[in-house]
Amino acid sequence: MFPASFDFYRAHSAEEAVSLLGEHGADSRILAGGQSLIPAMRYRLAQPTVLVDINQMQAANYITEENGELRIGATVRDSDLEFSDLIRTNYQLMSDVSDVVADPIVRFRGTLIGSLCHNDPSGDWPAAMLAARAKMIIQNKDGKRVVNADEFIVDSFTTAVEEGEMAVETIWPTPSKNTGASYQKIERKVGDYATAAAAVQLELNEDGTVKEAGIGITAVSYVALRVAEGEALLRGQKVTRNLIKAVAAEASKMADPIADGRGSAEYKKEVVGVLVAKGIMQSLERLGRKVEA
Amino acid sequence: MEITLNVNGQEHKVDVEPRTLLVYALRENCGLKGAHVGCDSSSCGVCTVVLDGKIPVKSCTMFAVQAEGHEITTIEGLGGGANLHPLQKAFHEQHGLQCGYCTPAMIMSSYALLQHNPDPSEDDIRRGLSGNLCRCTGYMNIVKAVQQAAADMRQPAEAAD
Amino acid sequence: MSDQIKDLNPAKECRAMGKSIKRREDARFVQGRGTYVDDIELPKMLHMAIVHSPYAHALIKGIDTAEALKVPGVKAIITAKDLAGFNLDWIPTLAGDKQMVLATDRVMYQYQEVAAVFAETRAQAVDAAQLVEVDYEPLEVVADPFKAREDKVILRTDREKKTNHIFNWNVGDREATDKALAEAEVRVKQKAYYPRVHASPLEPCAIVADMNTATGRLTLYLTSQAPHAHRTVVSLVTGIPESNIRIVSPDIGGGFGNKVPVYPGYVCAAAGTIVLGVPVKWVATRTESMTTDSFARDFHMEAEIGATKEGKVTALKVTTVADHGAFDAAADPSKYPAGLFSICTGSYDFPTAFTEVDAYYTNKTPGGVAYRCSFRVTEASYMIERAMDTAARELNMDPAEFRFKNFIQKEQFPYNSPLGWTYDSGDYETTFKVALEKVGYEELRKEQAEKRAKGEIMGIGISTFTEIVGAGPSKDFDILGIKMFDGAEIRIHPTGSVIVRAGTKSQGQGHETTWAQIVAEELGLDVDKILVEEGDTDTAPYGLGTYASRSTPTAGGALALGARRIREKAKRIAAHLLEVSADDIEWEDYKFQIKGVPSKSVTTQDCAFAAYTNPAPGDEPGLETTYYYDPPNLTFPHGAYICVVDIDKSTGEVKVRRFVAIDDCGTIINPMIVEGQVHGGLAEGFAMAFMQEIVYDEEGNHLNTNYTDYLIPTAYEVPKFETGNTVTPSPHHPIGAKGVGESPTVGSPAAYVNAVIDALSPYGVSEIDMPISREKVFSKLRAAGVEAF
Ligand SMILES: Cc1cc2nc3c(=O)[nH]c(=O)nc-3n(C[C@H](O)[C@H](O)[C@H](O)COP(=O)(O)OP(=O)(O)OC[C@H]3O[C@@H](n4cnc5c(N)ncnc54)[C@H](O)[C@@H]3O)c2cc1C
Ligand code: FES
Ligand code: FES
Repeated sequence: MFPASFDFYRAHSAEEAVSLLGEHGADSRILAGGQSLIPAMRYRLAQPTVLVDINQMQAANYITEENGELRIGATVRDSDLEFSDLIRTNYQLMSDVSDVVADPIVRFRGTLIGSLCHNDPSGDWPAAMLAARAKMIIQNKDGKRVVNADEFIVDSFTTAVEEGEMAVETIWPTPSKNTGASYQKIERKVGDYATAAAAVQLELNEDGTVKEAGIGITAVSYVALRVAEGEALLRGQKVTRNLIKAVAAEASKMADPIADGRGSAEYKKEVVGVLVAKGIMQSLERLGRKVEA
Repeated sequence: MEITLNVNGQEHKVDVEPRTLLVYALRENCGLKGAHVGCDSSSCGVCTVVLDGKIPVKSCTMFAVQAEGHEITTIEGLGGGANLHPLQKAFHEQHGLQCGYCTPAMIMSSYALLQHNPDPSEDDIRRGLSGNLCRCTGYMNIVKAVQQAAADMRQPAEAAD
Repeated sequence: MSDQIKDLNPAKECRAMGKSIKRREDARFVQGRGTYVDDIELPKMLHMAIVHSPYAHALIKGIDTAEALKVPGVKAIITAKDLAGFNLDWIPTLAGDKQMVLATDRVMYQYQEVAAVFAETRAQAVDAAQLVEVDYEPLEVVADPFKAREDKVILRTDREKKTNHIFNWNVGDREATDKALAEAEVRVKQKAYYPRVHASPLEPCAIVADMNTATGRLTLYLTSQAPHAHRTVVSLVTGIPESNIRIVSPDIGGGFGNKVPVYPGYVCAAAGTIVLGVPVKWVATRTESMTTDSFARDFHMEAEIGATKEGKVTALKVTTVADHGAFDAAADPSKYPAGLFSICTGSYDFPTAFTEVDAYYTNKTPGGVAYRCSFRVTEASYMIERAMDTAARELNMDPAEFRFKNFIQKEQFPYNSPLGWTYDSGDYETTFKVALEKVGYEELRKEQAEKRAKGEIMGIGISTFTEIVGAGPSKDFDILGIKMFDGAEIRIHPTGSVIVRAGTKSQGQGHETTWAQIVAEELGLDVDKILVEEGDTDTAPYGLGTYASRSTPTAGGALALGARRIREKAKRIAAHLLEVSADDIEWEDYKFQIKGVPSKSVTTQDCAFAAYTNPAPGDEPGLETTYYYDPPNLTFPHGAYICVVDIDKSTGEVKVRRFVAIDDCGTIINPMIVEGQVHGGLAEGFAMAFMQEIVYDEEGNHLNTNYTDYLIPTAYEVPKFETGNTVTPSPHHPIGAKGVGESPTVGSPAAYVNAVIDALSPYGVSEIDMPISREKVFSKLRAAGVEAF
């Protein structure tokens, strides 16, 4: 199929992008990896009249770790994360997601920030963003602001990025040595959006109790959700089977999925709890720990 | 708009619309029919070509204008005639193709895979090619072909060690 | 530089049969130089886009094309009214019904074609199609055959009979079967739904239609599995003489039955070129392909088996409700509206049987193609293999043992089945034993028992199926009256190279290699020197095409017998060259020699040269023939498949650990190609068992319109296969071959499903329908009280 006509601009800096977006208004869009936008345009579900391509924005292509934070620019692709030793060793959750998001070819184009901005209710990255307590830097003609994950994710396909703005950097706190994480996704095949998925990140104290917990679930509501009640249950506790069950139940309780080709609402609601449980267990395992009796 | 595409080491000046997808520019403007089209949703991968020597892309999910300034390699640039690429040879020898519709893309995707991982396990190959559909072969012989080609391609390097 | 690649060509080889000769068609494909329909560009060519209905059932109150016609580059827009002027608004279907080309006064299914736009570029055509305004008045939708059966809403108001019932077709002895069932010691019922699926070759359907207004010749480059049949149909519907129609089916990117029908898009493109006088290209988008191509299956079946307590089957009854969609466009031989479904007694010696199929119209896409299947054999095989497992479970008997008790024995062939077929040959026991041995059945059952004791879930599934292929003998089989024989032409050039042409059309099956092997073997020629050409109706002899595993049984026979006819003439030439009488010549070691004198011999190549330079006195010069082969019977390939699965308790994920497939397709022409066909078919069987399905909601909305929702497995999902063969030649086929392209799709789904049910049987599970999603397994485990973690 064939997209409707549009005007094409290349932006070489965030300032240029923001000014082009300002100039062309509501029907202009940033073109990042294009792996969501172009298919939507082929179906004519999206018909922007202006595209601002950011792919040649060299300065936006960075992954840097400093002062306990990982900073990622707007043109960093899923495959950059998938093949990065730094990510593989220090950012378990991100590494897990970069192995299962979309398919291996799509990952060579799709960007982390593009995916977050797209904010598909079944997207993988938003759930991870919530669990990892990541932030986004958004730029407009007046300057930049930082929003945390909970504020960034607003509604289906809607984020805190407003008309005339560009997301320029995402910041992920560097997990401590005592942090284990896991991304659990049920997909019907490679390249499928999640039927349900759970992102879990657990930081433990020396005594094995939970210092901090992050749990994000996706594909079970109109947006990715943070399982705040479950996180609260875990904090300060030893992880027992019963506790895991309680946390899983919190996830299922929050979930408000729709029935579709991927499954019935009841199934998704139930299975997302199972995924949270599996995520907690794998996070512990990866720290060389077991579920307490 | 007029753009210049560098395909298989050759410059093509082509007149396209901004909305022209790379796959159609390659097929209809450059006359290179090796990349095919099989879906509307960026799912099948039969349009896969390689950018800058090692990046596989679905050429239906990129605008032709975006390919300006990149080196594009299509199946036609990989090898031909008496100089077949080891992958092309291996697909033939291992019966890694039937109708041939997915084949150019499968080979290009395998090519990119081997650039990133010259000695892939069977699992690496199956995962690495999971953005490309084949409806005929059941993938068994495609996996074997990639294994054969990987061994062939490693040989000179290993011999040099 | 020549395109021919030296190392890609096989070594000189005349002893060609049974060898894994590398494929000769590969050279162009691995270089991206195949020619598929979309690769064809003609001067002044226009592109066509189609306007589709968003409703499944609605009246059309008006169509406004004014805005659309203003789009730059648009040349014309046609609707049913325009087609009516050419008598092309409706066309006959293969099943003797008729179907709309473009919606006339109403639409009958979602995505039905409503108008066609012709423009200079594809994008312009789509731009304009988006602007065609259609005024619909929605009608009540019937998207379920059981609802259709009630006849509350009559869908086909154009037909005289005011009912949604299309046909009842039955075979066998109803009374005797009912009686035998009533008297049976054990009666087992089994329901099974074979989901609606789409064959989905990766190349969508496409056409370049080119009317040369100067010569009056219409050339159609078409994704066609049956070019001759299509030419005849085009001639019948347009009134253009066949001599003025040329159909070229170039390289085809997979067919699987999907490219047998004549689709509305083709007719619109042909009408476009006739009206506009310039070539028109239409390439279906994947969405169009998924929503308007003929579907396959959609059979709601129920089987009942009667048996003795000792496990001997006594009777089989199978009843089916078939959903045919809005028009009866099923692709079956004329006398067989439910295809060869009556093969449903399978490999087992049922003394009595009865089957019937009732078909209904619904507001869904029409179809009923034989998707990698010989006319409903897939449904039949699946039904009997599922029911046999259920019966074994009911009898508390191992499913393997139960099968051994009931196989048709080797000595019983030719075997007359209670539903009227004469099976040609088979050795079911041997094939099954080879499979059991290869998989290590005994040990697996032991392992399973141990795992069960630990609460782990593992299953073993069996399918020992019999196919029926190679339609067929012309006394029984025709399509639109055209008998289902097939033709082959062999021309030997003076220097001994050959061109072979056949009425079949490869879509990946490798005919350019296997056809050459048959001819090489029969005539002692180099495979290397035999060029095979198919798909051009101007040059190929008539034949009904490639589907239903019929190419080897029909064209394969024509080639072998044609070659033998040539050999007869060559023998006379040999006699002339060796200066003896033809009676003194024998064909020995791929040469003609004076009887008992190997030193006095000539080759077919020598004879070919003589045929043009020194013909035998009184003989016609030249060395060529055309042979039409009408097979005396169908062929009955069989196989034994065993699948082993492990199931993850927490998510319901099924992992296929092993899949052993032993096929018996008679004589094997090329083992490499046979194995490749089996791999492909097993993968499609896997796809049907676990992933593929077309679903409609109650409003008739099609829910699987592209590959994000219609799941085609990747290399990551498809399991590994272990293949093997036994060889029981067909006694009536010239080379003993039976055909194999479809056995794996026919035989494997039941093995996958039986394995999952076997795994779940300790939890009281005896039913699960395809496709087996994780949800289905997950819910069954949870319902049985198995904890997820
Ligand atoms: C076959 C296939 C399978 C897929 N499977 C999955 C999957 O399993 N899980 C999943 O999560 N995703 C999946 N995706 C989506 C894929 O990961 C996309 O790449 C991603 O969602 C979008 O990233 P992109 O860089 O391609 O963004 P684009 O498509 O370029 O843009 C997406 C949207 O975000 C906006 N945008 C992009 N960048 C910025 C920015 N810097 N500032 C402001 N706005 C911006 C665009 O204007 C657009 O509206 C799949 C895609 C395909 C084609
Ligand atoms: S055509 Fe299907 S992914 Fe490009
Ligand atoms: S060879 Fe036909 S799709 Fe792969």
